[in-house]
Amino acid sequence: MDFLTIIQILDSTIRLATPLLLACLAGFFSERAGIFDIGLEGKMLIAAMFSAAVAYVTGSVWLGLLAGAASSVALAALHGLASITFRGNQLISGVAINFLAAGMTVVIAQDWFQLGGRTPSLFGGARFEPIILPFAEAVADVPFLGPIYAELLSGHSILVYVTFLLVPGTWWVIYRTRFGLRLRAVGENPAAVDTAGVSVVGLRYAAVAICGVLCGIAGAYLATALQAGFVKDMTAGRGFIALAALIFAKWRPWPAMWSCLLFGLLQAIALRYQNLDLGVFTVPVQAMDVLPYVLTVIILAGFVGKAIPPRAGGVPYVKER
Amino acid sequence: MANEAPAIELKGISKAFGPVQANKDISIRVMPGTIHGIIGENGAGKSTLMSILYGFYKADAGEIFISGQKTTIPDSQAAIAAGIGMVFQHFKLVENFTVLENIVLGAEDGGLLRPSLAKARKTLEELEQEYDLKVDPDAIIEQIGVGAQQRVEILKALYRQANILILDEPTGVLTPAEADQLFRILGRLREEGKTIILITHKLREIMEITDTVSVMRRGEMTATVKTSETSPEELAELMVGRKVLLQVDKTPAQPGDVILDVKNLRVVDEMGVERLRSIDLQVRAGEILGIAGVAGNGQSELLEVLGGYMDATGEVRVNGTLMPLTGAGADGRSRRESGVSHVPEDRQREGLIMDFAAWENVAFGYHDDAAYNRGVLMDNSAVRADTEAKMERFDVRPPNPALAAKNFSGGNQQKIVLAREIERNPDLLLIGQPTRGVDIGAIEFIHQQIVALRDQGKAILLVSVELEEILSLSDRVAVMFDGQIMGERLPSQTDEKELGLLMAGVSGEAA
Repeated sequence: MDFLTIIQILDSTIRLATPLLLACLAGFFSERAGIFDIGLEGKMLIAAMFSAAVAYVTGSVWLGLLAGAASSVALAALHGLASITFRGNQLISGVAINFLAAGMTVVIAQDWFQLGGRTPSLFGGARFEPIILPFAEAVADVPFLGPIYAELLSGHSILVYVTFLLVPGTWWVIYRTRFGLRLRAVGENPAAVDTAGVSVVGLRYAAVAICGVLCGIAGAYLATALQAGFVKDMTAGRGFIALAALIFAKWRPWPAMWSCLLFGLLQAIALRYQNLDLGVFTVPVQAMDVLPYVLTVIILAGFVGKAIPPRAGGVPYVKER
Repeated sequence: MANEAPAIELKGISKAFGPVQANKDISIRVMPGTIHGIIGENGAGKSTLMSILYGFYKADAGEIFISGQKTTIPDSQAAIAAGIGMVFQHFKLVENFTVLENIVLGAEDGGLLRPSLAKARKTLEELEQEYDLKVDPDAIIEQIGVGAQQRVEILKALYRQANILILDEPTGVLTPAEADQLFRILGRLREEGKTIILITHKLREIMEITDTVSVMRRGEMTATVKTSETSPEELAELMVGRKVLLQVDKTPAQPGDVILDVKNLRVVDEMGVERLRSIDLQVRAGEILGIAGVAGNGQSELLEVLGGYMDATGEVRVNGTLMPLTGAGADGRSRRESGVSHVPEDRQREGLIMDFAAWENVAFGYHDDAAYNRGVLMDNSAVRADTEAKMERFDVRPPNPALAAKNFSGGNQQKIVLAREIERNPDLLLIGQPTRGVDIGAIEFIHQQIVALRDQGKAILLVSVELEEILSLSDRVAVMFDGQIMGERLPSQTDEKELGLLMAGVSGEAA
C-alpha cells in the first residue's frame, strides 16, 4: 500500500465520518440533557430528502440545507413533545420517528418527482462544492506534507470544516458556559435543576432543538455533498452507528470525534477494497461492507468497557417534593 | 420582637389533591431569627405545606406574607427571589459535579462559567468562616459523606442569599454526631438572624433546638406552642390525638437455643468492594438482636444474604442446618421453608407489589400453600378470606383486601407485610426498618407485635437506623460500620452516645 493510497483512504474517511460526527454530536446534546434519541436516523433521512428536493427545485443548496434542518427540527419537536411534555417512552417515540421518516420520505419524493421515491440528481449550485484551500495546488508537489495538505485537508465541502470545528465548539459550550453546566445537570439530576429555579422543560427542549439542527445538517450533507440527490433509505443506519460512536465515546465530545473517525475509516476501507484479495481467498464485498455494523454491534453489546450514560437519561421528569 | 413583622406568615392555606385535603386552612407566623419546628405524622401535610412555600404546588386558597409583604410563589425561582432556601430530605445535588458547580448551578453570573465559579469560591470561603460550614469546594458530591452533602445544600441556599431556611427531615440520614453538628450550624444561623423552619417527626430534635413548634395532624395545624412551655408527651398526644407509649413494655428476654448462627460471612460486590467483612453473630430463640448503624454500612446486605437473595461466602446455620449461600437453595423460598421469614427494609420495592391488591400481596411467597390452592388453580376466595382475617388481627385500615397496596398508608402497608410474615410462625424473623415512614400509632402496634413474637420463643434479627427503636426493642445491640460488627452492647448498659461513636467507626476500646 503506497503513501498516496493511504492519503486517499484517510481523505475518504473524513468525508464518511462527517455525517456520523454531526449525528453523534446531535445525540450528544440530546442525551446529555437526559433525552435518549434513537430517532437520529429518521431525522437525518427526512433532512436528506427535503434538502435534496428543495435544493433541486430552487437551485440553491443553502435553501436546501435550511429546508433539511427545518424538517429535522420538526421531527425533533415531535420527539420533544412526546418525551418531555407528555412524558412518553423515549425509545418508542424514537422508533416511531424512524418509521415515519422511512415511509414519508419515499412517499413525498414519489409524489413530488415521480422518480420511484428518489429526487433528481443535483448539480451546480444545488450541491455543496469542494473548497480548495489556499495554495493547495502550489504545495501539492512538496513531498509528504504536500499531499497531506492538498489531498487530505483541502478539497472538502464547507460542511466538513464546520463539522470538525463543532467538536471544540461543543466542548467549550458544554464545559465552559452556563448553558453547558445546566444541560449536563439536567441530564444527571433534573430535580437539582428544578429546585435551583431553572426550567427543566426549557433546557430539554433547547437540547432537542440543537439535536434537530445537527441531524438536519447531517442529512443535508448526505444528499447534497456526499451524494448528489436523495435515494430511499440513504442514511443506511448511520444514525445508529452515530449512537454507537456516542456510547463508545462515553458521551464526551473529543472521543466522539475519534470514534466517528474510526467508523469512517472502516467505511472507507470497505469502499476502497470491495473484494479484498488475501491470496489464499478473496474476502467478498459484503463482508467488507458489514464491518462498521459489526463494530456497532460489538460496542452496543458493551464489549468496550463500562460506559455510564447520563443518570437521568430516558426518564421523564416528574416534579415531586 | 412584638412589633416586628413575621419572616413568614401563612393565612388560611388550603390544598387538596383530588378528594384528599392535604392542607386545611393553615395559618402560621414565624418570627425572624427563630427556629420554628413543624412536627406531625407522615401524611399530616407538612411536606405539602413546605412545597407550597417553595413553589412546587399552588395553594387552592390562602395568602403568603414574607416579612410583611404579600407574596405569590408560583415557582422555585420566585421562592428563591423571596429569600427562601430549602434543604430537601433527598438532596437535590448533581452527584458527579463538584461542590462548587452544584452551588453555582442556577445562580450563575452571566453566560461564562469561569467568573461565576471564581466568585462562588470566594463567597464560599466567607460563608464557611461565618457559619463554620466546612466543605472542600472541589470535591465531587458522590465522594463526600451525607453530612457534607447536607452542608452543601445549606451553602446553596445561603449562596442564594436565603434568609429563611426550610429543612425537611434533615437528620434522617445522619449519625448522632453529624446531627449534633447540624444543630450547632443551625444555632449559628439563628444567631446571624436567619429564620429556620425545621420539619421533623422526631420529638427529641424539636425539644432540643426549636423556639416554637407547630403540630400538624391530618392536614390541619392543631397547635402552635412555645417549645419551652411544652413536653414531648404533650406534643406526641397533639400529633396523634391520643396518648401514646413511647417506651416499649417488655419483660426481660428468656434466650433459648441458638436459632441463627453466622460465621465469617463475607460479601464482595461486582465493583470488588467488600460489603460484609467477616460477620459473626448469633441470635437465640426468644431474643431480639438489634443491628444499629448508619444506613449503607452493610445492614442491607446482611438482610439480603440471610433472606436468600444475595450471594455470599461463609457459614449461616438456621436451627443447626447449613444454609446454601450461592446457587440452588440460596433463594427466598428455600429460606422460608427453613423457617426464616423476612420483612424487607424497603417494603414498597421488596415487600409489596404496589399496584396489586392486598390479598394478592398476602399470597406472595406463600402462593403454593395448600390452603390457597384447589388443584392446579389458586383458591382466590380462600386467599381473600385469609387476608380479611389477617387485616382484622393486625388492625389494617381500611380492612379491604381488594384495595391496591399503594392505596394504604405507610403504616398499614407495613402491617400487611408483617401479617404475612409473622403469621407463618417462623423460627427466625428478619426485619428491616420496621417503622420507617410509619406513623406513631402504627409504630406502637408494630413494636408490640415484634415483642409478642419474641415472647413466643422466636428469634428476631432487627435492623434499624433509628437508635431509639433499637434501644427500646432489642435485648442485645450490635453496631455495624463499614461491613463489620464494631461491637455488641446490652441496651441497659449503653447509651446513644456510645452507640453513636461505634456507628461512626470508633472502635469499642477507644470509646
